[in-house]
Amino acid sequence: MMDWLLSLLELVVFVLLAPLFSAWVKRVKCWLQNRRSPSLLQPYRDLRRLFSKQVIMAEIASPVFRVTPYIIAGATLMAAAVVPFISVNLPTAAIADVIVLAGFFALARFFQALAGMDIGTAFGGMGSSREMTISALAEPAMLMAVFTLSMVASSTNLSIVIEHLMAQGLVLRPSLFFALLSLLLVGIAETGRIPVDNPATHLELTMIHEAMILEYSGRHLALIEWAVQLKLMIYAVLIANIFFPWGIATTDSMSAIAVGAGTLLVKLVLLGGVLAAGETLFAKMRLFRVSTFLVLALTLALIGLLSHIILEVG
Amino acid sequence: MTALYLTLLIPMCSSILLGIFGNRSWAAKFNLLATVAAFASSVWLALNVLNHGSLGGYTGQFRVDSFNVYLIALTAFVGATTAFFSLPYMAQEEANGRLSPGRMRLYHASYQGFLFTMQLAMSTNNLGVLWVAMEGATLATVLLVSLYRTPEAVEAAWKYFIVCGVGIALALFGTVLLYFAAAQVIPDPENALLWTVLSAHASSLQPAVMAIAFVFLLVGYGTKVGLVPMHTWLPDAHSEGPTPMSAVLSGLLLNVALYAIIRVKIITDAALASGTLHSPHMAGNLMMGFGIVSFTVAGLFLHRQRDIKRLFSYSSIEHMGLMTFAFGLGGPLATFGGLLHMTVHSLTKSAIFITVGHATHIAKTQSIDNIRGLIKTQPAVGWGLAIGTVAIAGFPPFGVFTSEFLLLSATMKSYPWLTVPLLTGLAVAFAGLFRHLHPMVYGDVPEGQQKVEANMFPVVVQLLLVLWLGIAIPGFLSHWFDQATFLITGSHLL
Amino acid sequence: MLEQLPLYQQLILTLAAMVLFTSFALLAQSRVIPMIRIFAWQGLIVAATTALVAYDSGKYDLYFSAILALLLKAMFVPWLLQRLVIRLGIDHDEHGAEHPVTVLMAGAALVIFCYYVAQPIEQFSSSITRNTIAISMSVVLLGVLMLVSRSKAVAEVVGFMSLENGLFFAAVAATHGMPMVVELGVAFDVLIAAVIFGVFFFHIRDSIQSLDVDQLNHLSEREE
Repeated sequence: MMDWLLSLLELVVFVLLAPLFSAWVKRVKCWLQNRRSPSLLQPYRDLRRLFSKQVIMAEIASPVFRVTPYIIAGATLMAAAVVPFISVNLPTAAIADVIVLAGFFALARFFQALAGMDIGTAFGGMGSSREMTISALAEPAMLMAVFTLSMVASSTNLSIVIEHLMAQGLVLRPSLFFALLSLLLVGIAETGRIPVDNPATHLELTMIHEAMILEYSGRHLALIEWAVQLKLMIYAVLIANIFFPWGIATTDSMSAIAVGAGTLLVKLVLLGGVLAAGETLFAKMRLFRVSTFLVLALTLALIGLLSHIILEVG
Repeated sequence: MTALYLTLLIPMCSSILLGIFGNRSWAAKFNLLATVAAFASSVWLALNVLNHGSLGGYTGQFRVDSFNVYLIALTAFVGATTAFFSLPYMAQEEANGRLSPGRMRLYHASYQGFLFTMQLAMSTNNLGVLWVAMEGATLATVLLVSLYRTPEAVEAAWKYFIVCGVGIALALFGTVLLYFAAAQVIPDPENALLWTVLSAHASSLQPAVMAIAFVFLLVGYGTKVGLVPMHTWLPDAHSEGPTPMSAVLSGLLLNVALYAIIRVKIITDAALASGTLHSPHMAGNLMMGFGIVSFTVAGLFLHRQRDIKRLFSYSSIEHMGLMTFAFGLGGPLATFGGLLHMTVHSLTKSAIFITVGHATHIAKTQSIDNIRGLIKTQPAVGWGLAIGTVAIAGFPPFGVFTSEFLLLSATMKSYPWLTVPLLTGLAVAFAGLFRHLHPMVYGDVPEGQQKVEANMFPVVVQLLLVLWLGIAIPGFLSHWFDQATFLITGSHLL
Repeated sequence: MLEQLPLYQQLILTLAAMVLFTSFALLAQSRVIPMIRIFAWQGLIVAATTALVAYDSGKYDLYFSAILALLLKAMFVPWLLQRLVIRLGIDHDEHGAEHPVTVLMAGAALVIFCYYVAQPIEQFSSSITRNTIAISMSVVLLGVLMLVSRSKAVAEVVGFMSLENGLFFAAVAATHGMPMVVELGVAFDVLIAAVIFGVFFFHIRDSIQSLDVDQLNHLSEREE
């Protein structure tokens, strides 16, 4: 019972911290670009404002359009519950593995694309089509990277993977190195960051994710925005905890959890800094180049898998 | 040993000297002199080996046995006769304004450098050095192919460089694998690539590794042999480079590459003999496959050639395929035939290229359609081309007939059904050569076609030798071939 | 198993994977200067691996090979290529493959093929780095793939040289270096080849006013 409570508590913290992480990335980016940054609390204010606003919908909107924000938010929430956050042995993490995680993302994306086309505006359809193109390449790459991990640890369960990696100490694994690179690229593509998509603009020629949610307003928009922030956070936690697992709480004692929370915070701060630096250094690429970008991710994941098979086994 | 060092040092030093002084007027004569001296020392070397058996030298890094000594002598001989031909030929090219003195220097230095790398490739006992020398031969000749600097010549040279570079790189990978296999069983790794050491330990080498190494080496060196489908560089390089170079490429380089494959095959066969993983005859089967494909494809391609030098370079591919097939077949009879074929093909093909060089000077073109009536304009060249082609097509009483006959008998014995494609291929190749030959030799003379200053002496000597080998192989030579056959197959023919 | 190896041997294997990665990066890269940079990095990694193998195996002549590789593969050849590219004024041309995605996929397939081919070899060695045979074979074949997929002379040369890196890597990692005389000979050949390639750039440009070797197509067996 205590486990479930702890798990629920961590989930709440996870969800509440997600907007803060987005704000942190934005802040570092502003620093790097010599701009004045908004307050770290700005995303919360935005969300509160959106929640309090009236929902305006097109007359022809179908029920799919209506339920989509809830499905997206729900699926992303479930995904967040699957990822080991501060401590490893969460009961929620134990009942689902990484393939389920990918499934939640796919579910959210599916409804997102449907909703994008629902109203029948040109932008929505365009965004959906682009989103599906990207995901068709990103999903195999993500799964491939994940398979590399699970081959190393002989399990697809994230908790077990992390415990396995912790137990063997410092081992230089080329496969994990490539899986990390691949997952970074996939994460950038999936969360719509530069150079694949730019979350800050509504430039019709290039936007992907924003094009699909143009028709949303009020609490629907708030839920989707929150889900996006949550997704970014999930990828960040995933990368931080799998590839740099040191410090994560392996027992339920208060001290271990405090250490786990502290290290995770440091990891996220650093990772956010890296992401912001990357977004500053690279320009957004043309849409037609995105496929090459994702094939690179896929190739990296494949090299990781191959180098595990070739170099590490036997 | 002195004879071996001389055979190597003469071309090496002349290459350096000609690299400095190659544009002087005496350079071509010096070139000839050097090749003759190298030939003399190779004969001396051959006599040594004949009297005392195989020689090793410099802590085992060199080895001359009955197999390579006759190739060394053959290389030096064809090198000398071609230098003899090149003296007036290149002078005329220079007079025609196709070449500047600077290019002549490059030509002479490369010619000697090429001979040096080939002699090194054959006399070394170290399979790594053999690779280095083979790559060196490519590097020495690549600038010769582009000597005329026409777009076609540059294209041919680029293709030659890239295709042979890749091929030879695969051969190096095979050599590395060979070393990998050897290092497991041979205590001193510094000696693990010496052929004598390898063949002594051959039966304990890992068959799995050796099989893969052999495939890489076969494909790698096979590129230089001109085996289909890695042959694409060969017709281009032959047709665009200067004719003396076509003569030595066809007559010598292809032999050396085949020699390398045979050396490796001996070791591979011994390593696979005990293994159950692969068929013990795997190396031979692969060579037979590549050989017969090259033989057939090149024979068919002969029919559609429009350039006389391309025509005869496809004929070279055809004959190299035949030799590869012979050595792949194994057994003393086929091996003896293959060795004989190597010799007579070298002599005949370089003689043909020399004649072709004169013919292109007469007609001022390499296009078959525009070479006509050679026998009326200049009977010596016309007859040379006709007799050379008759010899290379395998007519009795020339030596090519003898070797092909031996090979066919051997095939009949072990794989009777393969004689059908062989005979068909020979007939197709024969038709391909003669449909082009007839109008060139007998056709109507175009107006204004002039005689040129031709140097037919090497052609006469070489074709007479081929004739001699066809009628009666001299005792010492057949003894030699028999020794080499014993070395390769482990049993005597005679 | 990997986790039982000492750290520097793990590092050798990691570097092997990095060499493979640089090969893929070369396949994907379409601009010429970054391509040469990646090639230089590959040379550097190969040289570093050589030094590590020398330390691991206690064969001190390998340090010499490492220095040779560093000078030749990581410094001289990239320097020469870059200088030529700038002198020829082609540093802003498109040098990529026509179908980069297909090429990358083909590259991945090649690696799997090499693994399959090399598998029987690996069980016969006690050497810790035996697994690198498949990797170096892949680097060799990826170099060939780069050669055939590019149409610009400079890119082809980079492919050729990276192929050579794969060979060197095989010699170092799988067999702890070839006999010295062979290594010197190979290094000499590479040096000459690099210089001749440089000469060729000028010849090709003089003959077709471009370095697009796809235009070198006069000699073929097609009927005109």
